[in-house]
Amino acid sequence: MLDPYKIREDFPILKRKINDHPLIYLDNAATTQKPKQVIEAIKEFYENHNANVHRAIHTLSQESSELYENAHEEVAKFINANGMEEIIFVRGTTEAINLVAYAWGLRNLKREDEVLVTLMEHHSNIVPWENLSKINGFQVKYADVNNDGTLNYESFENAISRKTKIVCLSHVSNVTGVISDVKRIAEIAHEYGALVLVDAAQSVPHLPVDVKDLDMDFFAFSGHKMLGPTGIGALYGKREVLEEMEPFHGGGSMIREVTFNTITRRCSVSLNDLPWKFEGGTPNICGGVGLMAAVKYLKDVGMENVKGHEEILTEYAIRRMQECEKVTIYGPKDASLKCGILPFNVEGLSSHDVALFLDSYGIMIRSGFHCAQPLHEKFKLKSSARASFYIYNTLEEIDRFVKLLKEIE
Amino acid sequence: MSTVEDYVARIEETCGEEKHFVIMFKYDKRNEAIKKILKKSKVKKSISRIIFELTFENVSFRLYGTGKAIFRNLKDKEELRKILADLLL
Repeated sequence: MLDPYKIREDFPILKRKINDHPLIYLDNAATTQKPKQVIEAIKEFYENHNANVHRAIHTLSQESSELYENAHEEVAKFINANGMEEIIFVRGTTEAINLVAYAWGLRNLKREDEVLVTLMEHHSNIVPWENLSKINGFQVKYADVNNDGTLNYESFENAISRKTKIVCLSHVSNVTGVISDVKRIAEIAHEYGALVLVDAAQSVPHLPVDVKDLDMDFFAFSGHKMLGPTGIGALYGKREVLEEMEPFHGGGSMIREVTFNTITRRCSVSLNDLPWKFEGGTPNICGGVGLMAAVKYLKDVGMENVKGHEEILTEYAIRRMQECEKVTIYGPKDASLKCGILPFNVEGLSSHDVALFLDSYGIMIRSGFHCAQPLHEKFKLKSSARASFYIYNTLEEIDRFVKLLKEIE
Repeated sequence: MSTVEDYVARIEETCGEEKHFVIMFKYDKRNEAIKKILKKSKVKKSISRIIFELTFENVSFRLYGTGKAIFRNLKDKEELRKILADLLL
């Protein structure tokens, strides 16, 4: 079992008061707070090891390169990838999906092909495909979502065909917290010869994940949603898929050689090994170091404990919020079907009113579309308020949150 | 001569179908801004003097003691700026 009170001691920001009230941070689906272990790792890097990676033979560069490579290894182990060759560091989930769209999709998707996404996607798993379809002319199809926010697997199975070349879906919805059975989706997709790209921004921080067991082709997530710094994330790709792909960004690091032919007067390029082939330019070294510290922290806590704690919080929050007469919770009410994300509205108030009201009492929640407008349209919602939990949240915080919801009613 | 910018730190246009504007007043000017706004507008409802439901020239909005306000259903930022100028200057 996880002790949130002990964990809270590691998070300096949680000692803050906002508007004269103790901070209650319930916007974890947007970004998480950082433990002192991550903050210290970043400080230690800049104070003692800062240098560019893979460029120089001096001691600092060796240290920096080692740390950066170790960070890839740690992330690989965390999701049970085969090794750091399968882990590309990116800015975050959005960049990871764009990398797949442009480094794989641009060359492999033809006019007659289809890309299958779902209606519950974050805009970052819709827009790259819609944009690319304008260039390559393929069709983007959308699998439907049930009224409780779960994926409609029948709609998915009806939509997939031999024309489908890639299936792109989120593991956990950033609006409802619903966990989709991506293993089942991968089985079906592979039967049709399609690849699978999973947006794991809301799953890797909250659930134990094994990309080999799930048989993922691409798996994308962000560091800042799992206690790490912003500006760093990872794209897992199956080695054989990544090897077939062309690079995303051209520049330093991603090449082994650039030679000038004096007859053709052109340069020819030979590419670097994985994962560097996809990490053009000086990477976010310190971000990688911070992410490694975050991964170590989560491993120490134990991902089963993280999942269990969130389930307790979610179940309790649903039960307590149902005491409120004017509060409607969206998505399934069974906490075992979801991660700790609760979208809701208060009758007669806009979600932004609710968020500002709670802010007055030191409670941070999100309001709006949460970058998932199609799902809100499906639910016929103008917007929603969203409370989302993590390892440092407590039942007492939920009591305070519900007490204020009752007040605003 | 004072301007709206003297009081306002940020204006956020909310996402969602309802186009609202959230105004965040500058920390050191927020009490002065709140006082001015309360003086010029009509209080429809107040919760513990922390949240005020107000109207001003047929525009209803909410003002928070924390130095934030939310204006609903305005046409655009221009209309908002005009109202803020009338309220603050």
